[in-house]
Amino acid sequence: MASRKLDLRYFPGFRPLTFLCLFLLYAPLIIVMVYSFNDSISITKWGGLSLRWYHEVFFGPEAPKFQTAAFNSLTIALIAATLATAIATSAATAMIRAGNFKGRSFGFVLINLPIMVPEIVTAVATLIFFSAIGFTTGYLTIVIAHTVFCIPFAYLPIAARMQSIDNTYEQAALDLYATKFAAFKLVLLPLMAPGIFSGFLLAFIISLDDFIITNFVKGAGIETLPTAIFGSVKRGIQPNIMAISTLLLVVSVVFVTLSYLVGRTGEKSK
Amino acid sequence: MAAAGANISKPGSGIYAGSGVALMLPSWLIIGLFLLIPVLLMLVYSFLTKEFRGGVIWEFSLDAYDQFFFYRGLFGDEPPVLEWTYIGIFWRSIWQAGAATIFCLIIGFPTAWFIATRSGANKSVWLFLITIPYWVNLLIRTISMKFLIRDTGPLNEWLMWIGVISEPIHMINTNFAVQLGLFYSYLPFMVLPIYASVERYNFALSEAAADLYASRWETLRLIILPAVKPGVIAGCILVFVPSLGAFLAPDLLGGAKTFMIGSLIEEQFKGNAGNWPFGAAASMILLSMVLVALGYYARQQNREA
Amino acid sequence: MVSDQHVNDVAIDIRSVSKLFGDFVALDNVSVGILDNEFFTLLGPSGCGKTTLLRTIAGFEDVSSGEIVLYGENIAGLPPNQRPVNTVFQQYALFPHMNVTQNVKFGLLRQGVDEATATRRVNEVLDLVQLTPFATRLPSQMSGGQQQRVALARALAPNPKVLLLDEPLSALDLKLRQAVRLELQQLQSDTGITFVFVTHDQEEALTMSDRIAVINNGQLQQVGSAEEIYEAPKNKFVANFIGETNLIDVNVTSVSDGKASCSLPGGMAFSCSAADGAITGDGHLSIRPERVTLVSPAKGILRGTVTRQIYLGTDMHVDVQLEDKGLVKVRVQNSSSMRIPPVGDEVGLNLEADAARLLVD
Repeated sequence: MASRKLDLRYFPGFRPLTFLCLFLLYAPLIIVMVYSFNDSISITKWGGLSLRWYHEVFFGPEAPKFQTAAFNSLTIALIAATLATAIATSAATAMIRAGNFKGRSFGFVLINLPIMVPEIVTAVATLIFFSAIGFTTGYLTIVIAHTVFCIPFAYLPIAARMQSIDNTYEQAALDLYATKFAAFKLVLLPLMAPGIFSGFLLAFIISLDDFIITNFVKGAGIETLPTAIFGSVKRGIQPNIMAISTLLLVVSVVFVTLSYLVGRTGEKSK
Repeated sequence: MAAAGANISKPGSGIYAGSGVALMLPSWLIIGLFLLIPVLLMLVYSFLTKEFRGGVIWEFSLDAYDQFFFYRGLFGDEPPVLEWTYIGIFWRSIWQAGAATIFCLIIGFPTAWFIATRSGANKSVWLFLITIPYWVNLLIRTISMKFLIRDTGPLNEWLMWIGVISEPIHMINTNFAVQLGLFYSYLPFMVLPIYASVERYNFALSEAAADLYASRWETLRLIILPAVKPGVIAGCILVFVPSLGAFLAPDLLGGAKTFMIGSLIEEQFKGNAGNWPFGAAASMILLSMVLVALGYYARQQNREA
Repeated sequence: MVSDQHVNDVAIDIRSVSKLFGDFVALDNVSVGILDNEFFTLLGPSGCGKTTLLRTIAGFEDVSSGEIVLYGENIAGLPPNQRPVNTVFQQYALFPHMNVTQNVKFGLLRQGVDEATATRRVNEVLDLVQLTPFATRLPSQMSGGQQQRVALARALAPNPKVLLLDEPLSALDLKLRQAVRLELQQLQSDTGITFVFVTHDQEEALTMSDRIAVINNGQLQQVGSAEEIYEAPKNKFVANFIGETNLIDVNVTSVSDGKASCSLPGGMAFSCSAADGAITGDGHLSIRPERVTLVSPAKGILRGTVTRQIYLGTDMHVDVQLEDKGLVKVRVQNSSSMRIPPVGDEVGLNLEADAARLLVD
């Protein structure tokens, strides 16, 4: 950086602001992680290192409640993300590989509707809809609402990937006597794999993350992790919440790192 | 996210021409049935009569909108005057979301610039570091923030320990706390589109400006900012829109004084007020505001294109 | 090279093919017969429609009107996977997730060839393009030239009736391109498959092809051997696009039997060959710069002043400004015995009568 004076990309102060940005993003998370290992029963006084709150999470009196909630969260995310990924892959093929057709622009708006409508509005609309048709809210309604909400998130990486794949590969396949279905299965799908995987992970995390919509459509008696945690926090932040948060945080980071690495290998093999 | 979403790709000469409608059908059905129709139904609900303890009576009524905008006395028999309570809540929401957007821009622009000007491998690591927090559960992030800035929380303890302050600063349940929470929730949304714009920026333009005697900051103002404007606008929309209807940050970090649209709506369905048509009307008003913002954005993008 | 007994059989007969993209006319009523066992080149500037024509033969574009007849069968309308033609794509389009063998075997397996036969054929073809040692490599692990040969092998493996090549050399560097030209020619004569080759590079077209079709603005300009195209261009576009030429304004007095009489600028009468369809009246004469000779002013049939000299090593390029109007480029071989008049000198010009040609405007 001896030649900063000559480097037109350099602006004084931008580097410190970037570090400030990182600090602001990570400080709260790191603090919570650290305090989750606090031995003290008071959440503000430091009482030495301990795993007691993790023990509490898994074996304490509230453990069954959180375990059920975690099970619900994971299975809902799995089902919703799988459905959303399949639907999004089909839609991306239509948008990017099917030329122009009637309803294409409208279809595109529709796919993106779930990210354009504020989450709370989606939540209200979905609740009203299910109550109007007399559908009992519960596990199934959460799965449906999450699938809808996850489609545009799964669509983004899938469509981006498909767009980056030159369509001469499929033309070459057709030229070499493959049917359209064989061209999809043998050529497009394998090339799409990293994009589809990213789309699935994205949808999975989005589903796992959701609080507002779930809170509206879950009905009585069923909880996901976020709604269970929210319920607890309303009564004050307990140390076991910090332990659960840390666990969830680790899961998210592992998933994103995985997605990032897969995306990179995908880039390389292109 | 919507930035990528707003640009419809040109139809290519794909090999599945003719199957477009069939391939789109699952998404149309699912989203149409479970989102588009519900939103339309919500519009209908906002014109119905409320049933106490939740639900509606199927009778046309303008009560919900009337209640939102006018006050007619305790028994509803006085001449209407403008009711400021709910307009005030919306106004505060806009203001809070706007402040959070500006904070995000002040921190986000230099960050995006700094990352985009790193060399290859460093760039993707930096980008990755910025995006990770976004993937951590929003609820957990908000709880972390609440924990950090409590009166007896680690931040105040630390500031008192190093002797900057002698009394804890009261941050929780203030406007500032809500803005901080919104800022923290949506900061990556500001960084990513600006980053994408800077990536596309042709640095020869900076060289040309410098060659023609522009100073560093003049180049930023006259050349770089106009060039990356689409990214800046996208970032602002992406922060502002979700902030406007946010629920967690105002609910967990704010108090009664910082009541925002999200909490107002939630209260109509989950809380004791239980006025569904009113909640539907408030949701419709929020949705209209968001669509106006997105429409403005789409027009900007089209103009650039 | 055209030594086969089927020399007169038509492999692909393109009959009045037009292709429109919206309002844009990409192909305008093109008719041409490509012969069996021929190295046929579609030549033209970018955007002229040559790639579109190739893609209509392959089946990636349908025709707006007209027929494409492959050995007597109209294939316009058939999807690409039912046409017995294969393509070598411009950027090769090798499947990046498959190795060389899998790529080459792809078409055979899609055709329903059994595994053992397919493997045998793959080995054969890989041997033909000398890639046997690379059978298990991924495309990304190979050089541009090697990838190009994989693309060839993949397209040849199903034994297509016609091989379509879409600017296959454009992704290679200059040195390699010249080597691959020879290989391609060799491959064509070895396999006896009809090659349809698309390029915008005139040198490529002239050196490799049995016959060339020159295309511009979606219209077929001229079809002929390299020599015919160069020596006897039909119109201004062909004369200008292939090599360098002089276009001289003349007044044509009579045309008959491929011969024309005309008067040159300055009034001298001149007779030369005429392209089919040339008419009397104002016209253009094309003559290559190397077919113009510099003489003393009195002896020339045209007169002018030297305005520029460019030294080109073996040759000297001389610009002569005519007295009446127009500029004539002359190319003279450098030799010690020859004195080239300096800039400003008056000179006379002679045109070789058999090399001058009256064009269709």
